[in-house]
Amino acid sequence: MGSLMERLRRMPLVWQIGLLALALLLPLPLNDYYRAVLWRTGIYAILGLSLNIIVGYAGLFQLGHAAFYALGAYTSALLNLHFDIPLVLTWPISILVAAFFGYLISRPILHLRGDYLCIVTIAFGEVVRLALVNNIFGITGGANGLSGIDQTVLFGLTLRTPLHHYYLVLFFLVLTLFAVRRLENSRLGRAWMYVREDETAAEAMGIDTTWAKLLAFVLGSGWAGLAGALYVARIPVVSPDLARFIESVVMFCIVVLGGTGSIPGVFVGTLGMITLPEIFRFLKTWRDAWMGVAMVAMMIARPEGLWPSRRIRMEIREKE
Amino acid sequence: MPLLRIENLHTYYGHVHALKGIDLEVEEGEIVTLIGANGAGKSTTLRTISGLVRPREGRVEFNDQVLNHVPAHRIVQMGVCHVPEGRRIFTTLTVMENLTMGAYTLKDEQAIRENLQRVFDLFPRLAERKNQLGGTLSGGEQQMLTIGRALMSRPRLLLLDEPSLGLAPMLVKAIFETIREINARGTTILLVEQNARAALKIAHRAYVLETGRVVLSGPAQELMQDERVRKAYLGER
Repeated sequence: MGSLMERLRRMPLVWQIGLLALALLLPLPLNDYYRAVLWRTGIYAILGLSLNIIVGYAGLFQLGHAAFYALGAYTSALLNLHFDIPLVLTWPISILVAAFFGYLISRPILHLRGDYLCIVTIAFGEVVRLALVNNIFGITGGANGLSGIDQTVLFGLTLRTPLHHYYLVLFFLVLTLFAVRRLENSRLGRAWMYVREDETAAEAMGIDTTWAKLLAFVLGSGWAGLAGALYVARIPVVSPDLARFIESVVMFCIVVLGGTGSIPGVFVGTLGMITLPEIFRFLKTWRDAWMGVAMVAMMIARPEGLWPSRRIRMEIREKE
Repeated sequence: MPLLRIENLHTYYGHVHALKGIDLEVEEGEIVTLIGANGAGKSTTLRTISGLVRPREGRVEFNDQVLNHVPAHRIVQMGVCHVPEGRRIFTTLTVMENLTMGAYTLKDEQAIRENLQRVFDLFPRLAERKNQLGGTLSGGEQQMLTIGRALMSRPRLLLLDEPSLGLAPMLVKAIFETIREINARGTTILLVEQNARAALKIAHRAYVLETGRVVLSGPAQELMQDERVRKAYLGER
């Protein structure tokens, strides 16, 4: 019995190393198309993990997450185009700008609950998209967006191939994973859980609920900004399409389908929303129809998501 | 100098004038109870003290500091802990995790361990069930857990809102004995109760609230003899 417990405890590390090795080796036998698909999967996994902080941990509806993705991408592109700052150096600024807008938008609306908050975030997403389309301040290039952005040079190495970019995104994905794992088990992570379950009780116990929710928004938004900057690192063209409402919906679905608040769930969600549709591209228009059917079926059969966190499954079951 | 002093407190919910000028005082070491019918403003008074709602007029003073604009989480740090009505425990967390949450404002591990020991002394039942999920506890145990959780921050003033609500008569008795015990160990208590008889029995002083105003106040023993109180709240003819 003792040795079994020992082995189980060591299992996560074995799994983690195994998965990392798989992630490192997986693109090698594939062609560039599938390597690009994996890159996209990585970008959306980072976006999913960042949105999971807001939706999963703090329990706040956010249906405008793509706006922060776009803000990160535009920040990186504009700094590179106008000030010739190497892309690598724009990444931290992209994070800060997206986080700052996360603060600006969430500060006045944090007292809103569920559905109301959701509407405001949708509206904010559209405001950002339309501002970009309308060439705000004459710098965003309107509907065509911006092009002519430099290639990424990392420590003297110019990143040219999909494989390079895949590894770049993988690096940040692992970093993100490490960070969100730490967050989940931190004092702040516990505060989020209390706020999600019962805000009044949390407040009565001395938790600064406004601060906790604000931090969720700021961290989640900032990290989405990083994903935007990583997008620009490979695709030297940005357009307002990055901030489309459907993008926000896809990100939201990644979090919810996989299992709200669950890190493995985000990966399952990304596979379902991004990777599989890409692989089934040959089905053409039928693809979206099947997607819809699959999602409806899932919400009926497994409302807690495909790989939910233990705690959130209990919360959902209990409400029924 | 009273530990808690409330002067001319007016609180509104939107346009509803819930408190219409409440004055009350709680001395250190006392049990003070607020009794009154539904909607008299008892819970609102507690919610205003703990900062969950804000007064429009008047002042709340705790330990010589004005609380009117202090955020709720800071008020907890200052030593006022509010146990809201209706046993708001976290059903998907274990008893132990629920209690740890009560100590959220503390950072000193040693102090947390001491407080935990105190709570377990007071509620041996919680110690027995510390690894059980909150949702699997009985109603009485859940109420113990809510009170225990509040005590984890080691408040100087404990605000209790209807601790006997929905409990069987046997358990009501046990809860009131516990409240007396907590007080005997040095915590000042402001208790809101529908069960006026039980509350008056353990309280030192009492205030009677009607539609947002204090209509009567005095030592609990005297109020128990008062004809109006006996008729309106103790169910006597």
